[in-house]
Amino acid sequence: MREAPAIEGSEARPASSSLKTQKNLNSSPMIEVRGLKKRIGSQEILRGVSMSVATGETLVIIGRSGGGKSVLLKNLIGLMQPNEGEICIDGQDIIGLGERQLAGIRRKVGILFQGGALFDSMTVEENIAFPLREAGERDSGVIEQKIAEMLEVIELDGQQKKMPVNLSGGMKKRVGLARAIINRPSCILYDEPTAGLDPVVSDSINRLIRRLQERYGITSIVVTHDMKSAFHVGDHIAYLHEGRIYFYGTPAEIQASTDPIIQDFLIGRATIAD
Amino acid sequence: MFVRFFTGIGAAVLAFFIYLGELVLLAAEAMRSAITHRMRWRLFLRQMVDIGLHSQLVVVITGAFTGAVFAAQTYFQFNKLGVASGVGAVVSAALFRELGPVLTGLMVTGRVGAAMSAEIGTMKVTEQIDALRALAVHPIDYLVVPRMLAMMLSMPLLVAECIGFGLVAAYFVSVNLLGINGPYYVANMERWTLMRDIIMGLTKGFCFAVLIVFISCHKGLNSREGAVGVGRATTEAVVNSSLAILISNFFLTMLLNVIFPAGWQ
Repeated sequence: MREAPAIEGSEARPASSSLKTQKNLNSSPMIEVRGLKKRIGSQEILRGVSMSVATGETLVIIGRSGGGKSVLLKNLIGLMQPNEGEICIDGQDIIGLGERQLAGIRRKVGILFQGGALFDSMTVEENIAFPLREAGERDSGVIEQKIAEMLEVIELDGQQKKMPVNLSGGMKKRVGLARAIINRPSCILYDEPTAGLDPVVSDSINRLIRRLQERYGITSIVVTHDMKSAFHVGDHIAYLHEGRIYFYGTPAEIQASTDPIIQDFLIGRATIAD
Repeated sequence: MFVRFFTGIGAAVLAFFIYLGELVLLAAEAMRSAITHRMRWRLFLRQMVDIGLHSQLVVVITGAFTGAVFAAQTYFQFNKLGVASGVGAVVSAALFRELGPVLTGLMVTGRVGAAMSAEIGTMKVTEQIDALRALAVHPIDYLVVPRMLAMMLSMPLLVAECIGFGLVAAYFVSVNLLGINGPYYVANMERWTLMRDIIMGLTKGFCFAVLIVFISCHKGLNSREGAVGVGRATTEAVVNSSLAILISNFFLTMLLNVIFPAGWQ
């Protein structure tokens, strides 16, 4: 087991870390979290999460269902307010900022929701163009060109006139991703990007996440249960257990771990208490 | 037992004041946003169509049949006293001061308030409002302000339309069906209908618009627990808006009657 009280991005990377991501990483942290605590009602969801994600890095957060992974993501973008702790995005502390003050941070950080969270009254292209129009872009030529570029990235050419209700789960997630990245955020948070998808579609989503990281150098945090996805996209993997980061390391290190809790999770073995 | 009873009463009173406080904060934020942030004209026009244009049939039927039945009932009573030509004056005053704004408010609550609450509530439980926030768009700017402005503009017009159709239907029933002398009917109606009656009706319409839009949007924005929660929020939005219209109507009547006293003076 390796505790990760103050993980310092690439400095914590062991020598065995993959070279393909090393070249993209910058030592300055894009996201820093210290002592994050969150209660919902009487339940303590996060009990002091500390972590750091370097610019250009992809961190995968794994953990049991109901363990607080999605709550952690929502705290990072200010959709929930923590009870204690610090969150710095690109050097700016976001704790205590109001909804309007968070707008600047949210332009830097995109999020892919578990179900896509597409606006169901808009077509695919209207969903993708939404952030552009809200940012004040009025030139229809520019908007159309960017929509076309995004549709090519997510491999959904020809689907732009469809309504979200007519899309499959994987297509919704890809459109949600296009909407999240069209304004070129510095960082993207993925909430269960492959949940409920078949292995082939899951693989296409994984490749898409990798491609975005390689093409645009986007910092990513991926919350998932899917270990295949975690190994595919992650530079580092953090295991969230009982409200804290229980393990932090590279995909190779977590596979080599002999910790029984990690092993139970990796091979999907229930204990008697479960 | 007494402790539990008074604790329960206290909790209900506290919850009511918290609810009122939330409504006031929502209204203040929406007003501030309308003044200080850019207007989304396309959303505003879409709401004008939804609220104003799509309510035409409901409002016309409500106004026409209310005017018709009120004229008939008034005639049945007034005719015994030999003052049947006064029907127009009574129907007009009642439609302008009470029936027009209240019935339009209740019909718009059922049609528009319910739709607002359900639409925003569905967006809430499907994370679409979180998506708006994540895309740096304030939900009040995007969802509440266009609805608020469209309601404020549409409701007085709908009230006027309801009253207008009520007066036409009342004239038709009184003169064509019940045989009241037309010129006397119109002369009495004109004599006893003053500008202050018109202002009172439109003012009430505006106030009801404010109540409906904030109660419905608040319920939608606070929806929880999936489809059941959206259904509950929608029902509560309609019930609360209807009660708010009926209760506030009394206080508005008393207040506006001081400013615009009823009757010819």
